[in-house]
Amino acid sequence: MKLLFKTAARNIFRNSRRSLMTGSAVAAGALAMLLFGGFVLFIFSGLETSNVQRVGHLSVFRSGYFLFGSGNPAAYGIDDYRRVMKLIAEDEVIKPRLNIVTPTQSLVGIAGNFSGGSEASKTFLGAGVVPSARDTMRQWDERRTGNTFRPDHRLSDEDETRGLIGMGMARILGLCGPLKLTACPAAPTPAADATAPKTREDVTSLAAMDAAPVAADKPSVPHLELLGATAGGAPNVVSLAVAGADPQGVRELDDNYIVMHLGLAQQLVYGRGEHKATGIVLQLHRSEDLPIVRARLQKLIADNHLDLEVRDFLDLSPFYVQVRAMFGSIFVFISLVMGVIVLFAVVNTMTMNVMERTNEIGTIRAMGVRRSGVRMQFILEGALIGAIGATIGAAVAFAIAALVNGAGLTWIPPGNSSPTAFGVDVMNHPVLIASTWVILTVVAMVAAIIPANRAARLSVVDALRHV
Amino acid sequence: MNPLDIPMAATAATAAVRLTAAAKTYRTGDVEVPAVRGITIDIPYHRFSMVIGASGSGKSTLLNLIGCIDAPTSGAVEVCGQAVGKLDDDALADFRARNIGFIFQTFSLVPVLSAYENVEYPLLLVGMAEAERRRRTNDVLNAVGLSAYASRRPNELSGGQRQRVAIARALVKAPQIVLADEPTANLDSETGASIIELMHRVQAESRTTFVFATHDPQLMSAADEVFVIRDGTLLEHRIAGRTQ
Repeated sequence: MKLLFKTAARNIFRNSRRSLMTGSAVAAGALAMLLFGGFVLFIFSGLETSNVQRVGHLSVFRSGYFLFGSGNPAAYGIDDYRRVMKLIAEDEVIKPRLNIVTPTQSLVGIAGNFSGGSEASKTFLGAGVVPSARDTMRQWDERRTGNTFRPDHRLSDEDETRGLIGMGMARILGLCGPLKLTACPAAPTPAADATAPKTREDVTSLAAMDAAPVAADKPSVPHLELLGATAGGAPNVVSLAVAGADPQGVRELDDNYIVMHLGLAQQLVYGRGEHKATGIVLQLHRSEDLPIVRARLQKLIADNHLDLEVRDFLDLSPFYVQVRAMFGSIFVFISLVMGVIVLFAVVNTMTMNVMERTNEIGTIRAMGVRRSGVRMQFILEGALIGAIGATIGAAVAFAIAALVNGAGLTWIPPGNSSPTAFGVDVMNHPVLIASTWVILTVVAMVAAIIPANRAARLSVVDALRHV
Repeated sequence: MNPLDIPMAATAATAAVRLTAAAKTYRTGDVEVPAVRGITIDIPYHRFSMVIGASGSGKSTLLNLIGCIDAPTSGAVEVCGQAVGKLDDDALADFRARNIGFIFQTFSLVPVLSAYENVEYPLLLVGMAEAERRRRTNDVLNAVGLSAYASRRPNELSGGQRQRVAIARALVKAPQIVLADEPTANLDSETGASIIELMHRVQAESRTTFVFATHDPQLMSAADEVFVIRDGTLLEHRIAGRTQ
């Protein structure tokens, strides 16, 4: 075997130009696979981080909510959700793996801006959150993407009236000016309709009558009146102090999104009744703990006879799953193309090597080398070319990745509204590196089989006569 | 006494090579070209035998049959008492590795290996231990006068030196038979003569059976036995001092 390796290694350098070209093809394949793979994994890390920051790793809902509850969130509130949260937070399996557990309340309704002569209104999709928990969740960055948020002081646990809206909603409801938003055009003034019913006073007085605290002490903050239906079916109105507007990346969400204090959301949905929550969100320290915690949650639910179900962030973020599938397919396609290029390059090189060394093959066969020994010799040479090329390609990929990552480039990934770091995450993925190296080496080895078989089948006498 | 201290394989057969009506016909398309036409000969052990004939007379084909790198179209070939026609390809390769050494006209050294490594190569094929390999390789390189050139690659050696390496490679495993197909054809006359002298000396010392193919009748004086081939048939068999 030592002789085989020695001979194979020296033969590679015997025709250095040809080996260089073939090795370069393998290196280019490795480079493309690693850089694209690193880029894709960087995107996956960013998307995973973004989703986990937003919806956590796992969510506990009342059974049926995930499939049917979005149209009527009030009907799917979790009874005594604080007890369920305590049960989760104190579980000995979950506790060490848990970063935070927090309730959420989803809601839908109509938002109206009836201040300053405006009478704009539109439907909204709302989320009620605990602001401090939201800040904690937005610090999660297990993948070290650098995409974390500073604490958002626009929301506060102490002030239940405050909320944030999508930039599109601010535009539609005429809040660009009051919120001093840039790149947010003011709406043209529509012609007055004398026959239109005057709902403004009715709605605002309803909101004023409601028990919710109203930010009357902050007249400079624009307000939205939120109209919704309680769990009992009665209309309800609360007043939201709009503390800011953020772009949401996806237009549909941007035009409809409101995030507010959990208390205000519960006020709108449950009124004076029992305040429930539509979801209990769990964010873990590490994503790899998700299966364990999920299984434990299901056991807890079963043991306590709770009418609840568990969903993970993949269920809640189909876009993330779709992006993974799409980039995964592209990666496989690029890998296949590179594999085919390497295959043909090595076949060509090894065929020429066999032709040039026909007399040598005859000589070693006459000396007593078996056909299998000849075959092994050429297969080993193919594998060595593949291994050396893949190693060089990987080294170049590391260097390029380091340059790209150090250049401070940014981009706006799909579904995001603000620039994030552009990177190529190669070094943190040994499986990607090892699989690329192994695949290209094996392809080169497989490519050498056909010329190696041809060499092994040569007649000794014919090979010795070959000039 | 064997100066190379190479143990000779024990043999029970009376002849190193026995061809019985061995024939070899090549086919080119529809044309059959007989290269060897039913030759029957016995080549005894420990002799320096020559197969002599003009180009195309069939002497190389005869050596190929003896060297077990070609199979006869008809007839039988027995080498060192082994009917080689009964062996499959792997067994033939193993048989060659143990019993037969080759010296080629074009030297046929492995270009990426040094002189030392080329000579060591046959010992690796038979799985010899490293210490013994080293001793034998150095001894045989010393015997052919190339100890100082052991680390050189074939392209760094002269033609005569390459052929000496080839001789050392053929002898290092102490084969039963060494086959040399026109080993001086690519050498000038002076170098050729020195190579013949070297092979003759080594054969005399090692008592290895040498079978030597050449078309140069002037070399016949060096032979113990001479087989003269013409058109694939045995024309004459001379033993030193007498003719059969």
